[in-house]
Amino acid sequence: MPLRLEARPEPSRAMLWLSPVLAAVLAAAGGGLVFAALGYDPLLALRTLFIDPLATLDGLTELGLKATPLLLCAIGIAIAVQAGLWNIGAEGQLTMGAIAGGGIALAFGGGGHWWILPATLLAGAAGGAAWAAIPALLKTRFHAHEILTTLMLSYVAVQILGWLVHGPWIDPEGFNFPQSRMFEPDALLPVLVEGSRLHAGALLALLAVPLAWLLLARTAAGFRLRTIGLAPRAARYAGFPERGSVWFALCLSGALAGLAGVGEAAGPVGQLQPVMSPGYGFAGIIVAFLGRLQPFGILAAALLMALIYLGGEQLQVSMQLPLAATGTIQGMLLFFLLASDVFIDHRLVWMARRHA
Amino acid sequence: MSLHRRPLLALPALLGAAALRPARAADPFRVGFVYVSPIGDAGWTFQHELGRRAVEAALGPAVKTAYVENVPEGADAERVIRRLAQDGNQMVFATSFGYMNPVEKVARAFPKAKFEHATGYKRAANLATYSGRYYEPRYLTGIIAGRLSKSGTIGYVAAFPIPEVIQGINAMLLGARSVNPKAVIKVVFTSSWFDPGKERAAADTLVAQGADYLTQHTDSTAVVQAAEEKGVWCSGYDSDMLKYAPKTHTTAVEMHWDDYYIDRVRKAIDGGWTSGDVWGGLASGMVKLSRFNPALPAPLLAEVAAQTEAIKSGRLVVFSGPLRDQSGAVKLPEGKALTDPEILSMNWFLEGVQGKL
Amino acid sequence: MPDGFVLLALLVATLRAAAPLLLAGFGELVAERSGVLNLGVEGMMLVGAAAGFIATVATGQVLLGLMVAALAGMLMALLFGLLTLTLGANQVACGLALTIFGTGLSALIGLPWQGTPIPGLASVIWPGLDAAGPVAQQLMLLDPLLGLALLLPVLVGFFLYRTRSGLILRAVGESHEVAHALGYGVLRVRYAAVLFGGAMAGLAGAYLSLVYTPMWTENMVAGRGWIALALVVFSAWKPVWLAIGALFFGFVTIAQFQAGALGLDVSPHLLSMLPYLATVVVLVLISRDETRRKLNAPAALGKPFTAAG
Repeated sequence: MPLRLEARPEPSRAMLWLSPVLAAVLAAAGGGLVFAALGYDPLLALRTLFIDPLATLDGLTELGLKATPLLLCAIGIAIAVQAGLWNIGAEGQLTMGAIAGGGIALAFGGGGHWWILPATLLAGAAGGAAWAAIPALLKTRFHAHEILTTLMLSYVAVQILGWLVHGPWIDPEGFNFPQSRMFEPDALLPVLVEGSRLHAGALLALLAVPLAWLLLARTAAGFRLRTIGLAPRAARYAGFPERGSVWFALCLSGALAGLAGVGEAAGPVGQLQPVMSPGYGFAGIIVAFLGRLQPFGILAAALLMALIYLGGEQLQVSMQLPLAATGTIQGMLLFFLLASDVFIDHRLVWMARRHA
Repeated sequence: MSLHRRPLLALPALLGAAALRPARAADPFRVGFVYVSPIGDAGWTFQHELGRRAVEAALGPAVKTAYVENVPEGADAERVIRRLAQDGNQMVFATSFGYMNPVEKVARAFPKAKFEHATGYKRAANLATYSGRYYEPRYLTGIIAGRLSKSGTIGYVAAFPIPEVIQGINAMLLGARSVNPKAVIKVVFTSSWFDPGKERAAADTLVAQGADYLTQHTDSTAVVQAAEEKGVWCSGYDSDMLKYAPKTHTTAVEMHWDDYYIDRVRKAIDGGWTSGDVWGGLASGMVKLSRFNPALPAPLLAEVAAQTEAIKSGRLVVFSGPLRDQSGAVKLPEGKALTDPEILSMNWFLEGVQGKL
Repeated sequence: MPDGFVLLALLVATLRAAAPLLLAGFGELVAERSGVLNLGVEGMMLVGAAAGFIATVATGQVLLGLMVAALAGMLMALLFGLLTLTLGANQVACGLALTIFGTGLSALIGLPWQGTPIPGLASVIWPGLDAAGPVAQQLMLLDPLLGLALLLPVLVGFFLYRTRSGLILRAVGESHEVAHALGYGVLRVRYAAVLFGGAMAGLAGAYLSLVYTPMWTENMVAGRGWIALALVVFSAWKPVWLAIGALFFGFVTIAQFQAGALGLDVSPHLLSMLPYLATVVVLVLISRDETRRKLNAPAALGKPFTAAG
C-alpha cells in the first residue's frame, strides 16, 4: 500500500483544532451526497440540519436544554472510564434520579418552603448515586463486572419507574393514565430565558464541566483515579485504594446521571412519566468518547450531539425527510468525526515499500 | 421506493424563514402530525398516517401536511410540536397520550393555531381531544373468539395495564361470555409497546398453556404471525393484519381516522372548527372491524353483524351490569351501565380474566 | 395439557429466545478475544435482519437470505474495522456510532419492504406446521439456524482452545506487541475476528427477521444486541459460560411470560425485571468464586494497535 498511517511523535496541536473542521467538511460532503442521492437539495438540507436550529434564540435555548442531560451523563461516564470502569447504565441512574427527586417533589411540593427545590435536586443526585452504588458494591464485594450489572440495572430502574407511575404514584385525577401529578411550581427548576424552556439545570451542568476538570486534572483524588484506570498494577504498588476509587467514581458518575434525570423531571417534563429519557444515558457514552473523555471536550461534544438531534427533527419538520434517512446521516456524521480524530495522533505518509 | 415521492413536497419550504411569513389566502392550509413511533406498515401510528394521506387526497391543493415520526413522549415532544407551529402549520394533530402536557403548553403559546390531541383529556379553546371506543369492536371479536375457541381460553398479549388496554380485555371477555359462559382470557403483559421478539414469546407461551385464540394490544404483527404458524385463530389490533395471517386472522379492531381528520381540517379551513371532545364508537365509523377472513362461517358473520347493529343503535351496551371483578365482588349491579368517566379510568379486571394488574 | 408438554414447550421457547443471543454473543466473544471491543452489535444485527429479509423476499430463497444477512453484518464489521483497526479510531465510540448508523441504515433500506409477510423458516421447512399436533409442532420449531446457534459453543470452544489459529487469536488479544514480535499479522487476525463477529451478528438479526418473528420493522432487534454484549462480559470470555448465560437469559424471559399466563399475583412490572435481576444475581454468585476472578478480560481489549516503524 503506498499510503500508510504513521504515528506522530507527539499529538499534532494543529490537528487538534483542525480535526473537527476536517470532520465537518467531510460530513457535509458525505451528508450532501446522501441527501442528493435521496432526491433532496443537498445545500438546503445541510442548512436545515446545521444552521436552522441555531438561527433563533429559541433554537439556542432548545439546544442548551437538549445538551444538558447529555452533558451530565457524559461527564459522569467519562469519570468512570478514567477510573477504568464501564458504567453503561447511566440511563438507569438517570431514571433513579428522576424517581428519587420526583418523590421529594411529589411529597413536599406545594408547601412553599425554600428548601423544596434544593432537596429535590439533592435527592435526584443521591438516587442516581445509590443506583450506581449497587454495581460498586457488587464489584468490590463480589467481583461482578460492572458492564453487565449497570446495564441490567438500567432495565430494572425503568421497570420500577413504570410500576410507580402505574401504581402508587399515579395521578389520582388522571383517569388512571400512567403518570404522576404535575409538580408544584416550588419544585420546578426556574427558567433562565423568559419564554423558553432552558432551566437552571443547564447551569448546574455547565458548572460540572470545570469542577470535573479540576477533580481529574488538579487533585490528588483525580490523579489516583486516573492511575488506577490506566495502570491498576502500578496503583496497587503505590497503595492507592482501589475499592475506594470504584465506589467514588461510580457513585459520582451515578450522581451526575441522577441530576440529569431530576433535571428532566423538574424541568421540561414537570412530572414523572413511564419513560423519562429517550436514551440520554446511552448517547452519553458516545458523547463522552467524542469529547475524548475530557470535560471541556465533552461540553463541545454534547452541544454537537444535541445539534445533530435538533437538526434531524428540523429535517423532518421542514423537508419531510423520513426518520430513517436522518438516522443514517447522524451515524455517518459520527463516523467522520471519529475518523478525523485519528489524524491528531497520526499522519498519512507515502511509502514506496513497507519495511518493518 | 417510497423516498422518491417526497422531493417535490420539500421544495415549497425553501427557506426556514418562509415559515414566519403570514399565510396568504392562496397558500394551502398547513397541517402537522406528530407520531410516537416510526410509521411502519401496521399499527397505531400507521393508522394515523392513513388519516393524513386521506386528508391530502380529499382536500388536494387546499392543504399541505407534514409529519414527524418517532417523537418520544417527554421533553422532546413540546419542541417538535412548537416547531411544527412555528414552521407555519395552522393545525397540529398530536397522536399519542404522552403529548398531553406539551400540546397544552404549545396551544397556549399559539392561540391562533388549532390543536387536536388523541386519547387525552385536557382541552382548551384551541385544543380539542378525540379518541375511539376501541372496546366496542373488541366485544365483537370476543363473540368470534367465544364461538371459534374450542378450549374456551383466549390468549391476550398486552403492553401495559392502562385503562384503554383493560377496557379491551374486559370487553372481549364479555363478548366471549355472551356466547360461551365458560370462556376465560389469559393476559400476558410485555411491558413494551413494541418488541416483536417479546410479543412472539408471550404468544408462544399462551398457546402452550392452552389458548387457542390469540389477540394483542401491542404495536407489531408478531402475535398474529405466531397464531398463523401455530394454526390457532387470532384477531389483530389497530390495523387490518389479514395479510400476515391469511389462514387464521379472523378480523381486526381497526382505527379509522380518515373521516374525522378530513372533517376537522375542512372545518378549520372554513372557520367552523370548535374545540371539544369526540369519543367515537362503532356508530361514528372511527372504530370498526376490518375485513373478515373468508373462512369464517356465515352464521357467525350474521351474528356479528347483528350485534354490530345492536351496539350502533344503542340496544346493546357493552359495559352493562351485572359485572363482577376478579375477587367476585359486584362492580356494577344489574340494570346499570358504566359511565364514560368510569370506562375511561377502568383499572380492574372482570371475573374470568386471568392476569394481574 | 399434560405437564410434559408444557415442559417441552418451555424448553423449545427458551432455546428460540436464546438463539439470537448465542449467535451474536459468540461472534462478539471471538472479536473480543482478539482484543477488539465492538459495541456495534445491535447495529450489525439490525442491518443483517433487514438485508436478510429483503434478499429472502426478493429471491424467495431463505438460504440466500441468511447468506446475505451474514454478508451485510460483515460489511458493517468491515466499516468498523477500517475505522478502528486501520485508522486506529476509538473502538468504543466507533462501535456506538455503528449502532446509530445501523439503526438508521436498516430502517432506510428496509422502508419499502416493511409489511411484506413471509412464512417463517420453520413453516418453509415443514409446510404442514400449522396443522401438526402440538408435540410435533414444538419439535418442528427447532430449525437449522437454531442448531447452528447451539453448536457454536462447541465450535468456538474447539477453535479457541484446540487449534493453532485459536491460539494465535488469543495471543493477539492478550498482547498485540508480543504477537507482532512473534511475526503474527495482528491486524489480519483482528480483521478476521471482527468480520466473524459481523457475520454472526448478521445471522442473529436474520434469526429474528426470518425465523422468530418473520417480518421486517424498524428497530425490531429491540436491545438484544446489548444483552449479547453484556453476556460476553458476564461469561468472562469463556464459551461455556456464554452459552449458559444466553440460555439462562432466554429461560428467564420465557419464565416471566409463563408466570404471567398462570395468573400469578405479581405485578407485570416486577415480572419484567426478572430476567435482568436474575442475571445480576447469577453473575454475583459466579463471580464470588475467587478462581474465576483470575479469568480477566483479554489484556489488549479495546487498545488500538499500530505496528511500530
